[in-house]
Amino acid sequence: MGSQVKLTELVRGLKLSVRSADGDLEREVTGGYASDLLSDVLANSEPGNLWITLQIHKNIVAVASMKDLAGIILVNGREPEQDTIEKAEAENIAIMVTEMPTFELVGRLYGLGITGTK
Amino acid sequence: MTAENKISKVQELVYEIRVGDVMKKNVITVGPQDRMSEFGKILREKRISGTPVVDQGRLMGVISIDDFIRWLAERQEDCPVERKMTKNVRTLYADEPAVQAVNKFDQLGFGRFVVIDRRDEKLVGIITKGDIIEGLLKKLEVDYYDEQTNHRTIQSFFDDVLADKAALFFQYSVTGHDFNKAGETASRIKTTLKRLGIAPQIVRRVAIATYEAEMNLIIYTEGGEIRVRVEPHKILVRVEDSGPGIPDIEKALQPGYSTAPEWVRELGFGAGMGLQNIRKCTSKMGLMSVVGKGTQLRMNISLDDGVASETN
Repeated sequence: MGSQVKLTELVRGLKLSVRSADGDLEREVTGGYASDLLSDVLANSEPGNLWITLQIHKNIVAVASMKDLAGIILVNGREPEQDTIEKAEAENIAIMVTEMPTFELVGRLYGLGITGTK
Repeated sequence: MTAENKISKVQELVYEIRVGDVMKKNVITVGPQDRMSEFGKILREKRISGTPVVDQGRLMGVISIDDFIRWLAERQEDCPVERKMTKNVRTLYADEPAVQAVNKFDQLGFGRFVVIDRRDEKLVGIITKGDIIEGLLKKLEVDYYDEQTNHRTIQSFFDDVLADKAALFFQYSVTGHDFNKAGETASRIKTTLKRLGIAPQIVRRVAIATYEAEMNLIIYTEGGEIRVRVEPHKILVRVEDSGPGIPDIEKALQPGYSTAPEWVRELGFGAGMGLQNIRKCTSKMGLMSVVGKGTQLRMNISLDDGVASETN
């Protein structure tokens, strides 16, 4: 917690590609949470967290919006489905993609000052 | 809002908003080795009055239309802009409060400042007085809207109702197996409760609990109804379906126990955590089910102890 890292800095630092809400990347990230189970994210992520997952269907937007997450990074080069992007635009949830697998990405995020929630 | 507290609001915002929030980010720049003639072309094409001179992200100076006119008037040969630019540039850091910028505009009489990042001193944007005013107006508008909508709280509504018992009731139908609409009801409930001025942490708890319940209706049933009843001190949610029912409620309540088919799990649902989440988010929860007949889930979220006992 207490980190002052913004989404824009992560996008630049990790060469993430932005797939939605690219006008809304000024949000500060409070920490990170990595999981592919939606209920787990609902239960254990914190508002302002960055969520790392390989799920690409549009319910990830509902979960992110419900928990007021800062954004979602999709790993392994997975691309969001079209209606996921549409919903994310409507709800102003930033979705970013990377070729990196979860383990690599989380390591790099720690290096940039993003820590876990506990 | 009176005129007086609006002024104090602006004062507050000018400290709150930072230079980086309101500056223009896509800055046109030139390199130190670019020629004056090329710079002249940029001025004409982009209709700007000057640009920062940047070498590999680092700010070297600023070159303006004044420098260009002077160069033209002197009828000198074409040369790199670094020979004509102003080198000691006054800058602002992106993380400084806007009030700092306002003071510097007044002190130095400049029309614009180059904004750099505090850590690596690299150029990140450019800011004018107009950008600050625009930023303040936008922020004021947003805050004003928030105050307006929050003003009409459910609590003041209950105060107006003269009755022994008062409640607000709304109902939603959820279609079974329709993953395209999954989460929509919870999202509508969330928006509604927010509009009613209910505390954000309570709204979040109700939203998560109804989301999980909604997912259960979608994954396991042919559909059902979600009924929300807002009372002065609690929110009651009742979720009902007409089958297939839960054979062993004890087991269903165990964390990690799930009967979801594999394809549902691959989507990240059906992890056997839903009812756990609901229990965590609610003050009280009751589950009744008859196989072949249906299931009824009742949840009770207290509006009074919400702040203290929040777990999410």
